[in-house]
Amino acid sequence: MASQAKKNIVDPLIDNNPITLQVLGICSALAVTTNMTAALIMSIALTSVTAFSGAIISAIRAHIPSSIRIIVQMTIIASLVIVVDQILKAYAYEASKQLSVFVGLIITNCIVLGRAEAYAMKNPPMMSFLDGLGNGLGYSLILMAVAFFRELFGAGKLFGQTIIPVANEGGWYVPNGLMLLPPSAFFIIGLMIWAIRSWKPQQVEAPDYQIHQVHRTEVL
Amino acid sequence: MTETTPKSGFLGRLMALPNDDPRKTIFIAVLLCLVCSVLVSTAAVALKSQQTINKKNDIRQNILAVTGLYEPGMDIDAAFQRFDVRLVDLQTGQYADVDLDPATFDQYKAAATPEYGVNIDDDIAGIGKRAKYAPIYLLRDPDSNAVQQVILPVSGYGLWSTMYGFLSLESDLNTIAGLRFYQHAETPGLGGEIDNPRWRAKWEGKKIYDENGNVELRVVRGFVDENATNAEYKIDGLSGATLTSQGVSNMMVYWLGDQGFGPFLQNLRTELESN
Repeated sequence: MASQAKKNIVDPLIDNNPITLQVLGICSALAVTTNMTAALIMSIALTSVTAFSGAIISAIRAHIPSSIRIIVQMTIIASLVIVVDQILKAYAYEASKQLSVFVGLIITNCIVLGRAEAYAMKNPPMMSFLDGLGNGLGYSLILMAVAFFRELFGAGKLFGQTIIPVANEGGWYVPNGLMLLPPSAFFIIGLMIWAIRSWKPQQVEAPDYQIHQVHRTEVL
Repeated sequence: MTETTPKSGFLGRLMALPNDDPRKTIFIAVLLCLVCSVLVSTAAVALKSQQTINKKNDIRQNILAVTGLYEPGMDIDAAFQRFDVRLVDLQTGQYADVDLDPATFDQYKAAATPEYGVNIDDDIAGIGKRAKYAPIYLLRDPDSNAVQQVILPVSGYGLWSTMYGFLSLESDLNTIAGLRFYQHAETPGLGGEIDNPRWRAKWEGKKIYDENGNVELRVVRGFVDENATNAEYKIDGLSGATLTSQGVSNMMVYWLGDQGFGPFLQNLRTELESN
């Protein structure tokens, strides 16, 4: 049991990462990673929604009619997201202004529904909670890494603190404007997937098809 | 999951039905909606007061910042004692004699309502509609009570988004004391540089009206030579952000002109001079 719990949390960090392996939830990974503060708040919000929605859905899974199960899951997820959004507006106003609609968009984040449908519907609440926590942390890890590169090279800052003085404010570093635009997150995530799959080749997917080499001597 | 306890009562029998029974499906759906709506509304109601305070403080903090009084961690309520908030009827330029609280009146929301919305004829700022009334903030000297700065809310369309900000004028009502945007979605690093403190500093001390009372203030392309004629009316545009710069320029022409705060500033000038 304990080993299962540990597996649920550790596995999604690298080995079964929702972003780099499953390539889920990358929409928000593009939007909220221009600075690390926003990415951190988003990570916390998504991790708590994934964990609690997993636990709640798992707790009532025996009574969820299969014909409306997705709607039931979405209702629970949406309610949790609204609560998180309200809490952010009350206690982290600056951050919630920066994240604007993206907190609400956690509802449509594939990771949350994916874990609810794939894990919480079949496993007990505690394990589902840990599974949600692990997947949230896996998402957070990638989000923070992407935000680190984007904020550092795009604005010369980390968590809003100047690390490299930029030319606009009298320093020497001319920031890379592309880093502040959404496509750069694609590049960074792509490079990360490449790096992780080179390190752990078992993550490489088998090619869907292979061009068959035809030799002259072969009879078709 | 196996149910061992014998089921009694209406609820018990309902829960004991197979999951795919339509009666249970409907029951579960209704029950879930009830529980979730209670949860959501509890959170919304319980946190409402804190959110309202945040919103109010956010606006106040921006106003304090544009006047140069803001320091992180200061008591915003106390600092705001020096401000007079008034509603202005933009058409007449007089203080509006209506039963509205200027501190909570949201002119941008009101612009969309039939009651307060007014269509703009020559919409150079690209905002479509404006509210009949707009709140203005008078910064008074704590001792003499004389008006030191006048803070006007301004808004206009840039490249991607409507930019919202505050413009602060010195008591001569012709010199800019500060400009600050609190909401926009311009390209980070290009148009987004309207937030850059170095660019904002270029606005300080610039003049608005020429001798005839026309708005002469413009954001122009390229470097502004301090010694050139009319340099006091010109602000160096942001490189790589022509449309954003134009948007800011048009917003100033609109809000400081006859359709915006022009009539009010005229009246206020007379009032300040007579004192």
